[in-house]
Amino acid sequence: MTARIVELRKGVLEKNDLLAAGLRAQFADVDVRVSNWVSSPGTGKTALLELLLARAVERGIVAAALVGDCATDNDAQRLARSGAPVRQIVTEGMCHLEADMIGEHLSGWDLRALDLLVIENVGNLVCPSSYDLGEDVRVALLSVTEGEDKPVKYPQLFHSSDVVVVTKTDLAAAVEWDRDAALAAVAAVNPDATVVETSARTGAGIDDLLDLLSTRTPHLQEAP
Amino acid sequence: MHELSVAHAVVSTVVDALPSPPPRVLGIRVRVGELSGIVPRALEFAYDVAAQDTPLADAALVIEVSPVVIDCPACGPQQLASTHDFRCPVCGTPCGAVIGGKELEILDVTLDDTCVSEDMVEVSA
Ligand SMILES: [Zn+2]
Repeated sequence: MTARIVELRKGVLEKNDLLAAGLRAQFADVDVRVSNWVSSPGTGKTALLELLLARAVERGIVAAALVGDCATDNDAQRLARSGAPVRQIVTEGMCHLEADMIGEHLSGWDLRALDLLVIENVGNLVCPSSYDLGEDVRVALLSVTEGEDKPVKYPQLFHSSDVVVVTKTDLAAAVEWDRDAALAAVAAVNPDATVVETSARTGAGIDDLLDLLSTRTPHLQEAP
Repeated sequence: MHELSVAHAVVSTVVDALPSPPPRVLGIRVRVGELSGIVPRALEFAYDVAAQDTPLADAALVIEVSPVVIDCPACGPQQLASTHDFRCPVCGTPCGAVIGGKELEILDVTLDDTCVSEDMVEVSA
């Protein structure tokens, strides 16, 4: 038996990457800023997003959201209260969103009318980090109740994120949140990350986050 | 875990690249970067499942893990010892410019050449 080695040199996620590149070009063409929110369950992602969308409506920023969820549509119903258009992507047990799901769920939406599109990924810190969705900005959320070392435990996600949003800062004192240690952990895996500290209860940081996500800043313009 | 989706992507990418009829595949080599988000052992396990009933059923998977390499503005390319300390190991400057370690690619495929030529003889006969 003779064996022959054939060089292939193909990216495993090439199909997803190509679809994502197509989406990114489409988003740039109609001038909508797209962010992909990733966190573990329980970071208060949905509460923060609800407030952000409501604030966008108040400020006349046209925002919409795509929500990835394993089964129920509770999050989507809750988010729709903000007055912004919301669609749910049921992943049927899949642990992450892929670019083709984004493309499918955008059909019929007038992207030209939008300033901001938020994609809420499935609650999971590992799997979504491998899949480009065509976003301008990847956002990793970190709640003060989770522990300061989370970025170091999940370096793939925190390294690939442009923005790290700290949530539930109103609870910081109660849980003895060590802010310096958390910021050091973020810097250790991603020296270029922009950190925004927020509270969905007090509204702290919401306007900063909205400004950051709905404006194309020079730093965030670089390809991920 | 998403290793099963990744394993299916590995198998379908290789199968799509094979000539028809597919030759017997003896092995494939995959490069997995430390920042790819893939756990090599989980991928090995998922691959065995994904390869069943495909031309890759007997093909051994070899995973080559590639380390994180940053491009330090002062010192140039430097390999990092860990994925959670993005400082240049030479000068200590924090640096997020990664030039290696995110790979998730199929390097090559080892085919049974005898098998290929037999198939070709059969086809031409
Ligand atoms: Zn250096």
